[in-house]
Amino acid sequence: MPKHLLLIEDEPNIIEAISFILSRDGWSVRAHSDGTNAVETASRLKPDVIILDVMLPGKSGYDILREIREEPDISGIPVLMLTARGQTKDRELAEKAGASRFMTKPFSNADVVEAVRALALQP
Amino acid sequence: MARDTLTGSRIRERRVMAGLKQAELASAAGISASYLNLIEHNRRGIGGKLLLDIAEVLGVEPALLSEGAEATLIAALREAASDPKAAPVEVDRVDEFAGRFPGWAGLLSDNRRRIASLERTVETLSDRLTHDPHLAASLHEMLSTVTSIRSTASILNDPADLSPEWSARFHRNVYEDATRLAETSRALVGYLEASGDATSEASAPQDEMDAVLASAGYFLEPLEHSPDGISDLSETLGVELSADARTLLDAHLNRYASDAEQLPHEILAPKMLAGETDPFAIAAALRLSPGLVMRRMAILSGSVLDDDFGLALCDGTGTLTYRKPLQDFSLPRFGAGCPLWPLYSALCAPGMPIMRLIAQPGATDRQIKAFAYAEDTQAPALDGARLLKVHMLMVPVPFGAADEKTEAVGVSCRICPRNDCAGRREPSILSTGQ
Repeated sequence: MPKHLLLIEDEPNIIEAISFILSRDGWSVRAHSDGTNAVETASRLKPDVIILDVMLPGKSGYDILREIREEPDISGIPVLMLTARGQTKDRELAEKAGASRFMTKPFSNADVVEAVRALALQP
Repeated sequence: MARDTLTGSRIRERRVMAGLKQAELASAAGISASYLNLIEHNRRGIGGKLLLDIAEVLGVEPALLSEGAEATLIAALREAASDPKAAPVEVDRVDEFAGRFPGWAGLLSDNRRRIASLERTVETLSDRLTHDPHLAASLHEMLSTVTSIRSTASILNDPADLSPEWSARFHRNVYEDATRLAETSRALVGYLEASGDATSEASAPQDEMDAVLASAGYFLEPLEHSPDGISDLSETLGVELSADARTLLDAHLNRYASDAEQLPHEILAPKMLAGETDPFAIAAALRLSPGLVMRRMAILSGSVLDDDFGLALCDGTGTLTYRKPLQDFSLPRFGAGCPLWPLYSALCAPGMPIMRLIAQPGATDRQIKAFAYAEDTQAPALDGARLLKVHMLMVPVPFGAADEKTEAVGVSCRICPRNDCAGRREPSILSTGQ
């Protein structure tokens, strides 16, 4: 039974590339590209891992993550945050919001796969 | 030591510059060398015919010896000494320094001016880098595109179990992203190149229009007596503007013509020449809105008076919608201004006239008389949002006539060195060095 991953990202070609490499790794990937109702989608799908971009239309990734952590049904899902910035304050913001891991764009496919695998193994 | 007691020092300085020995100058002026020595050490006063004779031998104007270096040089040195960041200097001996070492004093003054000019440039560029939404959006777009290209290229580089359909799809994605990256980077380079000259940069529509109006000198003669010239001016001034900037320019030209019709040059200029600087008094006398009077005073000041007036406009959100900066009062290019400005006090009290004396920390610390007023842009309605336009007219106070009760204000928090300000909303890059 494949594990499920929700990719919240607004860049279509990034969605396509990440979906492909994770599908090849055995994941069932669903994508969501709008920030406004991302939490509802996560609640409905209840994925094993979430990849969440910080810069999204409608609502920032930090706000979405905070809301996910407040929803009892999905608060425990590991979240890998993606951002175009790599400054210390962004990492601190992500950790404060409840990110399980943090990755700076541009990243390598191998790093994404490794990070998602590691998150799936978390208790 | 007072300036007029340093005539001897200046005589000595000029004699040395002329390559004369004390005895030679004394002989030429008909006095003894020992007496000239006392004069040169400011132990004997000098004036009248002897001063004229010595000045003639030295080939300078007597006033240069009796009054010393130019007042502007003294003032420039005093200004340099008043810099709170500078080490303490002997301010009480500034006249002596300027009189004895005019070359060094001039060099110091020139360097001070140059530093002030460079500081202004740094402020403008720092402001741009920290608040420029176009730059931030462009860089984010580039990073996202690079991420997509890297990820997709990595997939294509390992074609195992990649079907022809997926391969074609990813090739197309790489092509699309590469095209997008090329366009974004080209636009970004063009944008940064245009910002090389901080005073002529233009990017956002508002910036483009501001730059055109600044280069035209704000005063538009063809619109002073008739709105007929709007189309021609729009063609002339807007020839290199983007479509959005052109729309803003056309709106400005229409408002200019309307303002000029309501408050003609012939009515306002005499009042300004007579020394009237209070827009509220003029507005009350002529039964016009203070905002209109402020706009006209800012426009006409450059052609009527020696000192130009500045003008800043904002809407109900505090966003600056028009900037006519002054040499002695900068306006931020991006983001909001200093919360201490009377502009924002007026925003909180629509319909209330406000006047405060303010100054920005900088090269001149020149006192500015700031008049501010917020007025509705449409008739109030019970269930409608209130739309405001706020004006702040900035009238420079002549040097020497400044009042002591001046409030220190900034440009914007990001580039303001006043760390203890109660209105600070973010750290300053000037104080933290970040």
